[in-house]
Amino acid sequence: MQRAFKASFAGLMTVTLLSVSALAGPIAPDKVKITDGELKTSLTGKPGSDVKGAEWFKNRKLGNCLACHVNSKMTDEQFHGEIGPPLDGVADRYSEAQLRAIVVNAKAALSDKTLMPGFYVSHYTDPLKKFAGKPILTAEQVEDVVAYLKTLKE
Amino acid sequence: MATKILKSKRFGYAVVGLACAAACATAAFAGPNDNKLTIDGQEYVTELPAPEGSPFDTIYSGWRFRNEATQAMEMDDFDNPGFTNVESGEALWSKVDGEAGKSCASCHNDAAESMKGVRAQMPKWNEKAGKPVTLEQTINGCRENNLKAKPWKWESNEMLSMTAFIGSKSRGMPVKVQTDGPMKSWWEKGKKLYYTRVGQLDMSCAGCHEDNYGKMIRADHLSQGQINGFPTYRSKWQKLGSIHRRFKGCMKNIRAQPYEVGGEEFVALELYVASRGQGLSVESPSVRN
Ligand code: HEC
Ligand code: HEC
Repeated sequence: MQRAFKASFAGLMTVTLLSVSALAGPIAPDKVKITDGELKTSLTGKPGSDVKGAEWFKNRKLGNCLACHVNSKMTDEQFHGEIGPPLDGVADRYSEAQLRAIVVNAKAALSDKTLMPGFYVSHYTDPLKKFAGKPILTAEQVEDVVAYLKTLKE
Repeated sequence: MATKILKSKRFGYAVVGLACAAACATAAFAGPNDNKLTIDGQEYVTELPAPEGSPFDTIYSGWRFRNEATQAMEMDDFDNPGFTNVESGEALWSKVDGEAGKSCASCHNDAAESMKGVRAQMPKWNEKAGKPVTLEQTINGCRENNLKAKPWKWESNEMLSMTAFIGSKSRGMPVKVQTDGPMKSWWEKGKKLYYTRVGQLDMSCAGCHEDNYGKMIRADHLSQGQINGFPTYRSKWQKLGSIHRRFKGCMKNIRAQPYEVGGEEFVALELYVASRGQGLSVESPSVRN
């Protein structure tokens, strides 16, 4: 009796834990749906850190956003690219939901033709093997970058 | 379009973009510079109205996008680090190698005569092979069939020396590759590869070298990605490198699986890229950063 109860209780616990983690865990890249250029909910269910976001933004192996964008607030970094529009005041132009959609998949959010890579996409054509099936940024990193972009006001 | 960001927002960005195009033009943006390339008193063509069917109005050698210090290195053969390879290539030219007891000079005599214009026409249709061949493949074909010697590795010092030496005999001559006849389907294949977006960054050659040449991509000044200068000495490599090495590097930068060096994809791409630079002067060995 005692035992059976314990076992079923443990079973119940796992079920609850699983469903909680399924809810709280990050949304997988192939489950993300951009609607009307927006992604309203955080990929992690939590807000990101703008301080970390600034790091991913300039890191050449992660966002490397400076490869293509000028950001006048990042004066400590010498080289800013000119491929995309300057990101100065970008939070005045776009909502958080739009910024998230742009970082996740600019081709879905802005235009199929844009050169901007999708940073939270899992299917690419002929990627180097070590990157196959993986997005450039993790869900947490995307949220951090979005939090940082929200600070870019004029 | 309904799934994309609202038009009003896009319009807002367009206005911002235009304002910057005007305001920023004097600041950071820099196309090719206006310098003239002269080596040994000879003027080289680094700019020319684009050939027919080109996506450009004007084509430019990559030399025009380098800074003056790098440009100066190419203008003086003593300062051009690629010239040590030209010299070792010259020594290899008349060095007997392989079971046939021959050297390149045994068949081709004076390279200044026999190799003149060769680089400018590469890759070239090879009737026996039934496909286009690059300069490296032509050299190895001679080594295996005529010298009965082992082929050189693509990126070996010997191969780079020989391609630099042979290339130097076409310096100043216009790039002139065949694109019609049996080359047509290879050219089409190369063109397709040039415009295909690949890799984790999902980009094509055209995304950088056609749509954005003249702009900075972080610390790099984007050129049209022409190949009239190869093999090229790059300070980053600290030695000469082949066309296929450059292609491979660009593909790895966008985190794409590079095609095989010497394989059909890169040969087709080499043919297509060469044709985008028809008429530019051969600069082999050139200097870039
Ligand atoms: C390879 C180039 C490239 C990289 C890398 C890149 N972008 Fe972009 N980005 C662009 C281009 C080009 C556009 C213009 C959109 C279009 O084509 O319509 C753009 C547009 C944007 C916009 C909209 C700006 C506006 O004013 O309309 C935002 C926001 C943005 N990028 C953020 C980022 C962030 C954050 C990163 C890094 C995580 C990044 N970008 C990396 C090329 C790039
Ligand atoms: C993300 C941007 C990017 C992409 C995509 C790219 N390249 Fe490049 N490429 C560069 C940069 C930066 C350089 C160095 C500066 C320059 O000469 O343009 C370069 C240089 C070159 C050069 C040397 C030019 C010279 O004068 O020596 C060639 C050739 C070239 N690329 C061909 C290609 C081809 C072919 C592809 C597609 C397979 C390609 N690139 C894709 C960024 C890129």
